[in-house]
Amino acid sequence: MVKTILTRRALLKSGVITAGTLAMPSIVRAQSVTEMTMLAWYGQAEPDAVAQFEELHNVKITPKYYVGGEQMLALLAQSPPGTYDLIHADAEYVQQLVRANFVEKLDPEDYHFDDFYPEFHKFPGHWHNDELYAVISRFGFLGISHNLDAVSVKEASSYDMLWDGKHKDKVGHFDWHLPNLGVLSLRDGNSDPYDIGGDAWSKLQDTTLSLKPQVRGFYDYGGVLSSLKSGEVTVMPGIGEWITGVLRRDGANVTTTIPEQGGIQFTESFSIGRGSRKADLARKFIQHTSSPDGQFTLANLNVFPAIIPSKVGWERMISERPDDARHLGIFKGDGNSIDLIRKGRIHIRQLPVQQDLADWNDFWSAYKSA
Amino acid sequence: MTTLISIRRLSRLAYGGLWSLPLPLWLAGFFLGPMILLIWLSFWDVRNFLLTPDFQIENWQKMLSADYFWAAYLRTTLIALSAAALASLIALPCALAISFFLGLKARMVVLGLFVVPFFTSYLVRIYSWQIYLTENGIIMKTLAAIGIDSGSLLNTPFALMIGLVTLTLPLVIVIQSISMLSLDKTLIDAAYNLGCGPRRVLFATVLPAVRPGIVLGALFAFIFSFGDFVTATYLGGGKFTTLSILIADTVKSGQQWPRAAVVALVMIATLLISALGAISYAYRRA
Repeated sequence: MVKTILTRRALLKSGVITAGTLAMPSIVRAQSVTEMTMLAWYGQAEPDAVAQFEELHNVKITPKYYVGGEQMLALLAQSPPGTYDLIHADAEYVQQLVRANFVEKLDPEDYHFDDFYPEFHKFPGHWHNDELYAVISRFGFLGISHNLDAVSVKEASSYDMLWDGKHKDKVGHFDWHLPNLGVLSLRDGNSDPYDIGGDAWSKLQDTTLSLKPQVRGFYDYGGVLSSLKSGEVTVMPGIGEWITGVLRRDGANVTTTIPEQGGIQFTESFSIGRGSRKADLARKFIQHTSSPDGQFTLANLNVFPAIIPSKVGWERMISERPDDARHLGIFKGDGNSIDLIRKGRIHIRQLPVQQDLADWNDFWSAYKSA
Repeated sequence: MTTLISIRRLSRLAYGGLWSLPLPLWLAGFFLGPMILLIWLSFWDVRNFLLTPDFQIENWQKMLSADYFWAAYLRTTLIALSAAALASLIALPCALAISFFLGLKARMVVLGLFVVPFFTSYLVRIYSWQIYLTENGIIMKTLAAIGIDSGSLLNTPFALMIGLVTLTLPLVIVIQSISMLSLDKTLIDAAYNLGCGPRRVLFATVLPAVRPGIVLGALFAFIFSFGDFVTATYLGGGKFTTLSILIADTVKSGQQWPRAAVVALVMIATLLISALGAISYAYRRA
């Protein structure tokens, strides 16, 4: 009879071999996973947004989140070329990305533009000297967001309701001058809300200051959500479904109305960072976001829902998520979001044309202190 | 013999020097250095959202000539003074009770309880207050149930004071208590023996003797309230623009770090002058 003696050395040896064998597939996989960097607004590189692409291409997307386009530009200015493979930006900042040479030229043939509504085939902010630099991913409208228990859709059909005495101390502001002054500029009757002369700018300042007695507070993203949900404020100008869509998921009776004077459009897009060593992979990611699958995903991101430019994506939203689609203005017939754009009621958010950005910011600080 | 004494003196000097070294090193590395950088930064320029070293006084001119800057300065000072006064007034009877009416064990327990709030993040404590003060919060619902319409509590000066007192009160109580506990109790006995009543003992003996503790407690409350961002943002709703909020706004839009540095330097100067003034008053001979 042969006796097997398990020595300590033999035990350790077999343990190491077993552990190595079991871990091998993970090690091999980990070695082959490519890392891609993304500079983006929060939520764009969370699992619900990128897991499908990551699995498909065996890639790990590492985000660097920013708050505000100016912070994004500052981060890019302080980083060497190639730091970020993908850049997610609002349309008003794409032109600045191009001017500062932070992004690569794109080939329109690479993307699913044929699936998009014609309005987005050549979206103004994304092209420069007839060259494409960014591909739209999704967009949304900013008007009046309101609690339906306190403010009806009919009442919210004019910005004038903000001055109504019954809403005193119930009006809130998202703490950013650009959307707020944009919608109030529309209320003043400016057909191009960001391209206004000296007189219109003075009038806009007076209009805004006259609203201050109605204002309850100035809030960041979290504050906007909690104040609207708790009933601390019942109406907010200059925000949209990107807030009310999130609150509705949580059971709040809120919506966004685009008043007769018009609304503001924000637009998100993806570009490839200058000097990216993974430009091919970045291109594939942008192709994915413009595909019907990618567009459906983008419309329903956890961070907040938004409208998509893809007609095929619209069909899917209408059949699979009809309630969300309706609130976003994704439906067939009069009054849908494309219809609002075609009727000229929607104006693209942009940086002030005739004033310095610092002037708008200084005025906003003065308004908050008033 | 002389050599031996010199070596002893030298080694004593080296020993003392070694123990004293961390203080100047710390001050140079974490106060003087950043302060010089901040002063330098206030003269820089921002071009295309990028900080550029420069030496221009435009940032100072811009901020010091802006009405909204001075409005924020005045507001911040008033809010901080009110919070310091309120915290000191509330702390005074607490500190008197802890120092003169509680036994040793009870005193240790109570002082320990005042330290407990520091175990929780200040931000969390302020968020908790939002739940109490909000429209459908516990306070308003309770008041409504007994027929009192208190109006909105959040984003009001009342909410601001709640937040700032939450921040400063425990510290003020501890400082005042330490000051009162170190008071020579024979002074109180002497005052009673000379025929003083309790009120006169308090105002003519105890309070003048613990003045440094009261003033230093108020000074700390003022310093914390003056630079606070959290309460002004989450309980004031950003409606009361303080200097801290102004710094955040200035950086957020246009990446104007140099202008924010100007605001920060004015704040530091104000606090330094306040601290020097308060300390000199606290230890001034009556």
